[in-house]
Amino acid sequence: MIAEAGHAALWFAGAMALLQFALGALGLTDRYQSLRGSAAPVAVVQMVLTCLSFLCLIIVFMRSDMSVLLVATNSHSDKPWLYKFAGTWGNHEGSMLLWVTILAIGGATVALFERALDVRTKTATLAAQGAIALGFYAFLLFSSNPFARIDPAPANGQGLNPLLQDPGLAFHPPTLYMGYVGMSVAFSFAVGALVTRDVGPTFARAMRPWILGAWIFLTIGITAGSYWAYYELGWGGWWFWDPVENASLMPWLAATALLHSVTVLATRDSLRAWTIMLSVVAFSMSMIGTFLVRSGILTSVHSFAVDPRRGGFILMLLALYIGGALALFALRINTVREGNRFEAISREGSLVFNNLLLSIILVIVLIGTLYPLALEATTGTKISVGAPYFNSTAGPVTLVLLIGMAAGPLMRWRFDQAKKVAERLALPALALALAALLLAAFAGPIGILPLLGLVVAAGVAAASIAPLWKRNLRRTPLFTWGMVIAHLGCAVSMAGMAADSAFTKEALVAMQIGQTQQIGPYSVTLNKVTEEPGPNWSALDAEMIVRKGDDAPFTVHPQSRTFTDPPMETNESAITTAWNGQLYLVIGIPKDNAGFPVRFYWKPFVTLIWIGGIFIALGGLLSLFGRVNRDLFSIRRLFGKKVAAS
Amino acid sequence: MKPKQQRLILGIFAVLAVSGAGFLALSALESKAAYFYSPSDLATSDVEPGKAFRLGGMVADKSIIREPDGVTMRFVVQDESNRQSVVFKGIAPDLFKENSGVIAEGSLDASGQFIATNLLAKHDEKYMPPKLDGKMHKTGEVSQ
Repeated sequence: MIAEAGHAALWFAGAMALLQFALGALGLTDRYQSLRGSAAPVAVVQMVLTCLSFLCLIIVFMRSDMSVLLVATNSHSDKPWLYKFAGTWGNHEGSMLLWVTILAIGGATVALFERALDVRTKTATLAAQGAIALGFYAFLLFSSNPFARIDPAPANGQGLNPLLQDPGLAFHPPTLYMGYVGMSVAFSFAVGALVTRDVGPTFARAMRPWILGAWIFLTIGITAGSYWAYYELGWGGWWFWDPVENASLMPWLAATALLHSVTVLATRDSLRAWTIMLSVVAFSMSMIGTFLVRSGILTSVHSFAVDPRRGGFILMLLALYIGGALALFALRINTVREGNRFEAISREGSLVFNNLLLSIILVIVLIGTLYPLALEATTGTKISVGAPYFNSTAGPVTLVLLIGMAAGPLMRWRFDQAKKVAERLALPALALALAALLLAAFAGPIGILPLLGLVVAAGVAAASIAPLWKRNLRRTPLFTWGMVIAHLGCAVSMAGMAADSAFTKEALVAMQIGQTQQIGPYSVTLNKVTEEPGPNWSALDAEMIVRKGDDAPFTVHPQSRTFTDPPMETNESAITTAWNGQLYLVIGIPKDNAGFPVRFYWKPFVTLIWIGGIFIALGGLLSLFGRVNRDLFSIRRLFGKKVAAS
Repeated sequence: MKPKQQRLILGIFAVLAVSGAGFLALSALESKAAYFYSPSDLATSDVEPGKAFRLGGMVADKSIIREPDGVTMRFVVQDESNRQSVVFKGIAPDLFKENSGVIAEGSLDASGQFIATNLLAKHDEKYMPPKLDGKMHKTGEVSQ
């Protein structure tokens, strides 16, 4: 009954999306102006219905209702409740339903809370949002119905991929989706503004919080996903350049560029067409990300099932929306007046530099991700593109981008003098030189890219706090703090990445009980190995004693878990975090009495990677609060004046 | 300079940046992409030692030999007509076994052995590398 209710709610939500699009589009015509206000309440109703439908799916998962096909193929009644709950979106249909649920929430939020935008632009935005939602409802209802029944119902389900049975599943996909779908709001804004030809600072201020919000979620999602892969996969790596990871990185790159260009539009009324274009690109990247992950075109833990029809459907939606938006852009962009002019050496100039370099990285990642797919589709040749390609291309460009990031915030708007900028950069340059000297003296031989990474990180860290120099810190606006902290986060993260690739120590040993292995500053002894039963797995649990100098020894427990449904084995790494790095231990199943294979890593300062990510997100959050406060204030003042004038 | 000219110049910059990135990407792919070969592909093409690629096929029956150090192993990857010997040092994926599919990442050494840096086994019941889908079953029949 609950499944049918959920299915019905989904159909009604789809109908509401159609209505929202139709009312919004009609409301833009002179004849049906009176319909203008009605798209907003429909968007809210649509949101309620979709949430209801999603709730129904959660309920059937929690109750392990095996007569629902999706539950039977992806869940198991023995699973801990958290994974029954999170398992709702640990599969194709459920995660698409989550996608549209968040999309509908985004649309309803615009309908309820967006006051800064011109009413016609808002109507057009809601119409665009309705059109996007409509496509994805059709996708769910016609090719991925999550509520389909199975008869007869099996006694037990097939279970969830053990790699996904982790608390990370509860947070990682929803966070990323909020980022993806938040970009849809920016996209709808851009389409709305193109329709009503209303591209200017007011529009940019209205759009900025949405971009910031989506960008914060993307940042958190990527950071958390990276840490999840790091501890769960047991290879000691934190980024694999897997297409699925790239699928989340590409929208982030575009959103980062958009975030900076929208600031130029809001502050100086420049880069109008470029900002609109980036909004289209950013959402296109979100859709390509969804396509890559959801179409089953890739074979990895993220593609739960392979079904070419679905891929075709998403590809069609992709072509329709991106093609439509680009066509609208081409038709309308000539009517968007040029913005204000600026000099090359200026804040605007540095932000253009930022945008160009981010675009270059985006193109590199996009080609590296899609080329193997295109090649296989056209010639049947299979290639894999991994770290060697991405590190050698995107790596150096990122370093140049970071150097630009050091200089940009120290430049004035409109025009500045190169000499003065150079003076302001003297101190950061000193920090950079100092880091280079220290590394040359003490670090020993390290690769050129990690070396440059560490040196640049030191300079950028110093430069990122330079905007606070000689300022009254209490009167410094929140969004300046946000920028400083986010930029500092980039430097911190870069330092972590470079330190990890420069200084990691690694060993692989077949250990006998009682044997001791030296790794970095630690000596690790295998004390005993026992069988540990879990809720739906049994584990080989190794008790290892770690000593460091005269410190008190401590015990860690890496495990190798064997799951029963589906049958699969995973490594649970044991990670010990110290202030200066992480000790990372993985145990494997012993073969032929040769001892327990154990992988040891000592990763100095690796945690900086994710701490930097948190800084970046925090900077975004501060910025969001600062901007929303100030923008609301200026809008109120504007309206106050209007009231006074009338 | 008028705003219109500036917009034009920025547009040109954008096009240059994007096409430059495309050019960079494609030329890097030329040298950095790892191709996927079966033992038969290897026999017919000459791959330079040291060039990274992926080797895919079946782990031959009774071919896994473990070295006394406990972490190095040797095995043979085969398809319907050819065989390739592989050396791997590391923790093999748990589903790595004889008469089962494997993809090895690595490169050839001077003597023609494949030095694997990473092994990907068929990691659950549903997973099968698309290209091997047909071949593996065929090989399975031959060896039985």
